[in-house]
Amino acid sequence: MSTGNMNLTLKIWRQKDNKAKGNLVDYKVSEISPDMSFLEMFDVLNEDLVTKGDEPIVFDHDCREGICGACSMFINGRPHGPKEGITTCQLHMRSFKDGDTIVVEPWRAKAFPVIKDLMVDRTAFDRIIASGGFISVNTGNAQDANALPIPKSQADSAFEAAACIGCGACVATCKNASAMLFTSAKISQLAQLPQGQPERYRRAQSMVAQMDAEGFGNCTNTGACEAECPKGISLENIARMNRDFYSAKFVSEEEV
Amino acid sequence: MASFGNAFSSSIGKKLIMGITGLFLILFLIVHCFINALIFMNDGGVTFNTGAHFMASNWIIRAGEIVLFLGLLLHIFQAARLTLNNQAARPVKYAVTNGQANSKWYSRSMGLLGTLLLIFLIVHLSNFWVVSRFTGIPTEDALGQEDLYAVMHQTFMNPGIVVLYVLSMISLAYHLLHGFASAFQTLGWNHKKYTPLIKTIGIWYSIGISLLFAAMPVAIYTGLIK
Repeated sequence: MSTGNMNLTLKIWRQKDNKAKGNLVDYKVSEISPDMSFLEMFDVLNEDLVTKGDEPIVFDHDCREGICGACSMFINGRPHGPKEGITTCQLHMRSFKDGDTIVVEPWRAKAFPVIKDLMVDRTAFDRIIASGGFISVNTGNAQDANALPIPKSQADSAFEAAACIGCGACVATCKNASAMLFTSAKISQLAQLPQGQPERYRRAQSMVAQMDAEGFGNCTNTGACEAECPKGISLENIARMNRDFYSAKFVSEEEV
Repeated sequence: MASFGNAFSSSIGKKLIMGITGLFLILFLIVHCFINALIFMNDGGVTFNTGAHFMASNWIIRAGEIVLFLGLLLHIFQAARLTLNNQAARPVKYAVTNGQANSKWYSRSMGLLGTLLLIFLIVHLSNFWVVSRFTGIPTEDALGQEDLYAVMHQTFMNPGIVVLYVLSMISLAYHLLHGFASAFQTLGWNHKKYTPLIKTIGIWYSIGISLLFAAMPVAIYTGLIK
């Protein structure tokens, strides 16, 4: 089914289940089209494995258009591969050369246990959101859209934080497996809008506490997360989270 | 009753302690460098000895010295604790990583650079601090003051020590190059108007202070100052 001319060697992490000890396994793929996406190349390989009667490689994927954040692959030492501002599904084989060897590993973090092969469990992120990444509102008719005036610059900044798709690339690339870019984006998207104010400091405390409880590492400001984030989430969000956390701990009288 | 809870034991709290102690040590380096730079008066160390005598005899400075050591120890202790936490956060390592694609090598090597500085500090303190506080400075200068400059002069006649000091100041420059701006980010001071300024000052400070310190043993060894 392939129609291209690229021949590649893949070293892919295979791990039977969470308990098993995994290892890198070599695979050859041939006649790969440079116009295929990285995941389509995986589909070709899996098709091949199934035909041979081998177990296909398990990997996470869903939307295949860069908005769901499922396609977690650590490719040649970088999350989502060599290009900036994209997810694995948006990475094309033309970013590689014929004859290349490509190493593909799962996200590595204590808080992201491997389920099988390249698929990891990222529910730690869901638990961080559940601990405070929301606003409490009464049900009923939605308010008029212009009832709360919000400056454009502030709305834009909140929206930029809200662009986080929770893919986990920040954790994967951080040398400390820290989730501060993710958590700070989820805090910042609400902290900059009026609707987020009533629970602002409670939120900062709860979400940071949950992030720590999940076993993520600590930020050392290397900036790797910002550089690798497919949505360009800024380090400014981490500084804002720190400010909210200090306000919560040292100014607010409320204890969470 | 409300309390500070996990303010300092949380991930951000531990970083806050690193940042505050780091900035405190950055302030100390300015004072230390200024006093030491008095050797460039090239007056046989008389002005420097006067400065050193003031630092050794003023009770506020002596009390500050205790705070300095506590700050330094806290910085080292927190760093060790954070490093252990961070290693535990990734129990299975990657087979391939490509850090240079997304960050500066020195920002990823603060632990290594800090350990080199700690080794340097042990040598440095035994060269000067132990002598001036405990074993005693043997000679006096032209004004009859304790001649710390003579101790400095004698120490820097050893080329091995000079090389160690210069290499350590390179470590210091890179440690500060990341640490200076990083401390402000940790304090939450990320601002479109101030952050570029902080980064620029950080670069000038890191290179400037390290060059000045490194120039001292070199100038003495080469005989540029007597």
